[in-house]
Amino acid sequence: MLRYLARKLFIYILTFIVAVTIDWAIPRFMPGNPVDALVSRIALMPDANAALTSYFMAAFNLDQPLWQQYLNFWWALFNGDLGRSIMLFPTPVTTLIGRALPYTLGLLLPSILLSWYVGNVVGALAARRKLLDNTVLPLGYLLTATPYMWLGILLAWVLGSSLGWFPLAFGYDQSLKAEWTWKFISSLLYHWILPFASLFLVALGGWAIGMRNMIIYELESDYANYLMALGAPQRLVRKYAFRNAMLPQITGLALQLGAVVGGALVTEIVFSYPGLGWLVLSGIQNQDYFVIQGVFLFIIVGVLLANLIVDVVYVIVDPRTRVGLQGDAA
Amino acid sequence: MLAVSDLKIHYRTLAGSVKALDGVSFSVADGEIMGLAGESGCGKSTLGKALIRLEERMQYVGGEVRLDDKVLPIADDKAMNPYRFREVSIVPQYAMSALNPTRRIGRMIDELLDARGLKGATLRPELERRLAILGLAPDVLGMYPIELSGGMKQRVVMVLSTLLDPSLLIADEVTSALDVASQKKVAGALVEFRDRGYVKSMIVVTHDLAILAQVADSIMIMYAGKLAEKAPTRTIVEAPAHPYTRLLLGSLPEVGIRFEEKRLPGIKGRPPSLLSPPVGCRFRDRCPLAFGKCVEEPPFIEIAPGHQVACWKADAHAQG
Amino acid sequence: MTSTTSSSPAAPAAKRGRNEILYFAFRNTKLVIGAVVFLIFLLGAIFGPMFATHEPLTFDAPPGLPPSADYWFGTTLFGQDVFSQFVHGLRSSFIVGALGGVTAAVIGMLVGFFAGYRGGIIDEVLNMLTNVVLVIPTFAVLLVVAAYLSVRGLGTEAMFIGLTSWPWAARAIRAQTFSLTSRDFVGMARLNGESTFRIIFGEIAPNMSSYLVMTFILLFGGAILTAATLDFIGLGPTDSISLGLMMNYSVMNAALQLGMWWWFVPPGLAITAIVGSLYVMNVGLDEVFNPKLRAL
Repeated sequence: MLRYLARKLFIYILTFIVAVTIDWAIPRFMPGNPVDALVSRIALMPDANAALTSYFMAAFNLDQPLWQQYLNFWWALFNGDLGRSIMLFPTPVTTLIGRALPYTLGLLLPSILLSWYVGNVVGALAARRKLLDNTVLPLGYLLTATPYMWLGILLAWVLGSSLGWFPLAFGYDQSLKAEWTWKFISSLLYHWILPFASLFLVALGGWAIGMRNMIIYELESDYANYLMALGAPQRLVRKYAFRNAMLPQITGLALQLGAVVGGALVTEIVFSYPGLGWLVLSGIQNQDYFVIQGVFLFIIVGVLLANLIVDVVYVIVDPRTRVGLQGDAA
Repeated sequence: MLAVSDLKIHYRTLAGSVKALDGVSFSVADGEIMGLAGESGCGKSTLGKALIRLEERMQYVGGEVRLDDKVLPIADDKAMNPYRFREVSIVPQYAMSALNPTRRIGRMIDELLDARGLKGATLRPELERRLAILGLAPDVLGMYPIELSGGMKQRVVMVLSTLLDPSLLIADEVTSALDVASQKKVAGALVEFRDRGYVKSMIVVTHDLAILAQVADSIMIMYAGKLAEKAPTRTIVEAPAHPYTRLLLGSLPEVGIRFEEKRLPGIKGRPPSLLSPPVGCRFRDRCPLAFGKCVEEPPFIEIAPGHQVACWKADAHAQG
Repeated sequence: MTSTTSSSPAAPAAKRGRNEILYFAFRNTKLVIGAVVFLIFLLGAIFGPMFATHEPLTFDAPPGLPPSADYWFGTTLFGQDVFSQFVHGLRSSFIVGALGGVTAAVIGMLVGFFAGYRGGIIDEVLNMLTNVVLVIPTFAVLLVVAAYLSVRGLGTEAMFIGLTSWPWAARAIRAQTFSLTSRDFVGMARLNGESTFRIIFGEIAPNMSSYLVMTFILLFGGAILTAATLDFIGLGPTDSISLGLMMNYSVMNAALQLGMWWWFVPPGLAITAIVGSLYVMNVGLDEVFNPKLRAL
């Protein structure tokens, strides 16, 4: 078991190094000098050019040899310094991320967990009842084929704009002050519902279909046939089938994380929800490289951590890994 | 004691109904180990499976099965359940993958027994005793299937399937995937189970006549969904009456005879399609003894005590 | 052991196999419906721009009009013809899907085949590579890369998508290759001294051709989705219109609040329909290729 986890950890650390390197390398190897581009966008007065250029050269450490720049980057990273935002200068990037993170997590965590759980239950039920299957299957494919942002757009338009039941934008009512009053909290929740629903529904489709297929596969397996030949009641067979079908669904969760994070980002954009997605969009529109880089690194760390957690959960759930074997696709 | 009369089982396919079992009648006495042999596609596996559980595409078309003088409701899945495991049991062809991979074996057996209304705990001592007979230590029950070898898993399945002392055990191709030494052990175990009274009667389904010659009391040969011959093992091996059986035995390689000296005859041609089987004797097209009357289907009749054949020429051969 | 049957000639069986596949293909509802929907949009992408009477990006129409006889899909807030944008966007979606899907498929196949066939150290290394690329949230990478490239073309976008979406395909192909490699016909080919290349592409690949087709379909659909999402953030091609970009413009310009549904519904609907039809076709193909799944 420990060997299994150690191997995973090694891959994650390797991935982290690769990701950080990519993050560091990109501005330096892209066509053109990033500093000149930055300066030309910011400078208002001609004599500010020289000052800004030298500032940014220092900020990017472009005046130092490459290997030194690389090491400085890592050093800054471990000090929690992701630089300062250009568009909201001089706010540190970490502060901006800190403000946006709760909103994104507030969307991601419930939607990932709930869609996974509900999707698995629905999929398992669909595998048993033909009638349910005939509705769940097409609906599931429809949902999983829907781009995250489009469902968000549809929900916003129908339930927000046309029917006026829910607000269309922002994390809370902009006229309220951000304090812990019941009014504020209910506004938070009210604004949270549509983006959450859109993320939840799209992800749900994929899980339901996956689970349904897995259950059917397990019910046709040799051990299921043997149990039924020995007269075991359906509920025992289904119990085993469900537990065995969960295993690939857990590994699937880790694989889907990247996609769901992307989905959360675009959903936030649709609803002008003040999370990381919205932050990244502003960064892109304002060419704020530090913000983009910072959010990227943050996402990477988050996804890697989540992967690790899923792996630990898997080890707990699949008894074969504890006997010192690989278990399911490692 | 098993009595099957005119059993018909078809497979539903897109192309139509495949008549896998087309009117099969025979009986197996208490204490008898009957071998069921034939080439691939003759219906032997279908027969074995039909006696305990009809699979997805199998369709009961007609006939009656009586076990210990009670009618077995093989067509009704729910009604069959009380009989499964208790009266009729099976050691499946896929025995090596028949155990839930994510459950410790002992726990799975307990859950199965509890689900069938028996106390797993009370049966544990007997279970361990039987495992020991087959050379398995009791700590096997604390392991996961992946920790056991293929042969060990098969032995566990054999013990589990016979745990409730069924009246009829179907052993479906249990030796097919094994090496010769293991085959001997498994075959020996089957006989031992019968001798100790764990199982009353047994049907051993296989395409390997050599194994049957060692363990079976009687052998029944099937061809294209119908019975060809059934006789005590001795008779089948030494004086078979059906031309198919004779050709089958003639196709077996003999120790000491080399290919240059005498070629293996084999049987020319292929078995007929079971979608629309030919009229009359199904072996007609490949039979060297075929003559005019063969367009009429020969009945499966007794030509000598305990010896049944379906061939118009059988009488003549039985006499010399 | 008894052996009494003689083998049948191979050629008629192969022909029967091909005809059998076609027979089942035409009778499989999912495959047919999916293919029809897909074809409709494909034809729209190919021939649509010929029917567009206006240029997609020029502002020569009265702004904010709902669908009418002159402007079949209405106009945008800036006075652009939505229908024209739509059909040109369809084109770029298909192109990106095809290019991105092909790129990912090629990489996935190369990695999967060699890892599965060679095994050993090559497998370990390729596995490591696959795992690393798999775990990195590709979306984040695309974000950063695209943000730094000030000028982006359709081909660049397709290439990046292809470079980041191959891992799952490589894994799946590797698993299949493993199981095929252990079969006798590969052993025979090796004994005959055939080169690795010929064995992989001459023996192994043809035997999993149905699997490869299905994998490609999923990669194609995935590429379209990813491209649309990238375009939506504004990181798509800078020189052309696309369905994702249409959604971006509509949301950024308060189309939701203004109720200009003709601007954002068609592009999203098209993507959902195309990707959905691909998924459904895939399920149908699985049933056609795998006899056990065929319903009676």
